[in-house]
Amino acid sequence: MYDERDHPTTSGVGVEAQGLSKRYGDLWALRHLDLAVPAGSVLGLLGHNGAGKTTAIRILTTLSTPTEGSATVAGFDVATHPAQVRRRIGITAQEATVDGLLSARANLVMVGRLYGFSKAHARRRADELLERFRLADDAGKLAKHFSGGMRRRLDLASSLVAAPEVLFLDEPTTGLDPRSRGDLWDLLRELVRDGTTLILTTQYLEEADRLADDIVVLDHGRSVAHGTPAELKARIGNDRVDVTLADPSDLDRAPGVVAAFTSSPPTLEPEQLLMTVPVREGVRLIDLMRALDEAGIEAVDLNRRGATLDDVFLSLTTPDRAPAEALA
Amino acid sequence: MTVTTVTTPAAAPHAVHVSQHDANAPERTNAVASLWSDTLVFAGRNLAHVRQLPEKLLDVTVQPLMFVLLFTYVFGGAIAVQNSNYREYVIAGILVQSLAFGLVGPATGIATDLLEGVIDRFRGLPSSRLAYLLGHYVAELASMFLAISVLLGAGLLVGWRPHTDVLHVVLAIVLLGVFASSMIWFGTFLGLIVRTPDAVMGVGFTVVFPITFISNAFVPIDSMPVVLQKFATWNPVSVMVAAVRELFGNPGAPPSVSSWPMDNPVLASFLSCGIVLLLVVPATLRRYRHRTTD
Repeated sequence: MYDERDHPTTSGVGVEAQGLSKRYGDLWALRHLDLAVPAGSVLGLLGHNGAGKTTAIRILTTLSTPTEGSATVAGFDVATHPAQVRRRIGITAQEATVDGLLSARANLVMVGRLYGFSKAHARRRADELLERFRLADDAGKLAKHFSGGMRRRLDLASSLVAAPEVLFLDEPTTGLDPRSRGDLWDLLRELVRDGTTLILTTQYLEEADRLADDIVVLDHGRSVAHGTPAELKARIGNDRVDVTLADPSDLDRAPGVVAAFTSSPPTLEPEQLLMTVPVREGVRLIDLMRALDEAGIEAVDLNRRGATLDDVFLSLTTPDRAPAEALA
Repeated sequence: MTVTTVTTPAAAPHAVHVSQHDANAPERTNAVASLWSDTLVFAGRNLAHVRQLPEKLLDVTVQPLMFVLLFTYVFGGAIAVQNSNYREYVIAGILVQSLAFGLVGPATGIATDLLEGVIDRFRGLPSSRLAYLLGHYVAELASMFLAISVLLGAGLLVGWRPHTDVLHVVLAIVLLGVFASSMIWFGTFLGLIVRTPDAVMGVGFTVVFPITFISNAFVPIDSMPVVLQKFATWNPVSVMVAAVRELFGNPGAPPSVSSWPMDNPVLASFLSCGIVLLLVVPATLRRYRHRTTD
């Protein structure tokens, strides 16, 4: 196993934020964000584009100053001690931040030197990381010739040069093929096993579910929900079944017919003749089909799927609306 | 979180043991030493880029060489300079013109960096932001001195000679270095205000070309129409060229209209370069902070 650093198992807070807010002109990109991330745990910031995820990351990594509020990372205030914070964090931004005109090794050596490592030390560290990230065979190749997945790995390796206490990842798997995504998840789990605190943003509920101990759901700059993946899933229900009806006149009575199987009221998209049914645990597709059939409702298509980010928002941000209005 | 001692087989071969002391970023107490060390790292980065794209050096090697050959063997015969041969006259002009175009290199380099994600990597590191700009400056200055060497060597080959003592020759080279510095910082500033690297070439051709050509760099000022004579006499490039000619002891063909800068070219050139640096360096630092903070 990896033994990057000795991590005190009883250490305190990795990242803490109080009332963090950022305004661009008239728009609050982030509003009153509070965070308390224990050292060695994983926080997922979940939200759509423009929800404030990147803004939060930029403030916590000292790249942007908050309009209001304060935050500490690895015990240091981001506003008053940015240099101390930078020595202790790694950043993997949305876009790969590698120098395309340098080889993979030269990229890592350069970053090591800029952390203050000696030449020999920076080279040694670079070789360790190249080995670890399966880039050793391509160490001398220019980064601009790398595939997306390799660039991501090199980028992540660059973030780990100084064995950061807290690692920030802004949508780390966006644009990766499923295999590269799985590889990256494995690498991140290893880091967490070694005691690194992770803060990652994602648009994918599945990713947050797989990696995070805690999830904060952001919407329009505000935190709309906070909890463990299990808690959030309990609130939003389990699987969804999308039912496409044959006859528009069935739209009114269909939700009532399936009511016995739902965890929360179904939603309707009348133009597409679509009814989305959040099904309770243990409900089978055949149960729904039978109920609809017995009521004389013809379904063109039934599709069972996991809850998506859209379903999360639907459940979290519009809980009180009547089902038929929810998507109006 | 549970700390597990089981490693997946796939991951095991890559396991690396690093002590905590070894992998963590060291505390950097000496600010000047770290600034200098970071500056050299950034300068080394530019050098590595040149190794990947050797054609980047054409601007400071082949191009000045071509100018020397062009002006001595092609145009030279048609340009008359009072009491002098044209080769003695034109080398200072080509030197100054080449260094003036030296603003294109840093401007393109910085503008390109700003478009690439790598600048965000630099910003998140515990290195000084000044080091990034200084690194560009050191690397560009080195390439400017390469251009000066190529030009002086080519000059000697075609028959140009300095006619003063070592002190004056050294002073000439120092002045060229100061002029190159002001152009590099001006280029750096330009790189921070343009939106794309392509825009830099436009500025180079629409501003630097007329300023260097409407001067005494290639032809005596008295040979121009009266309006252009006025411009050329007060053109800092003319003053700079006159200063270099004076320090090398080359014929100057001074304009018939007298002006303080043209009468005291060495002092005036040092002064104007100093003023440019005093204005441009702080503006560049401000602009860089502005471009890289929100």
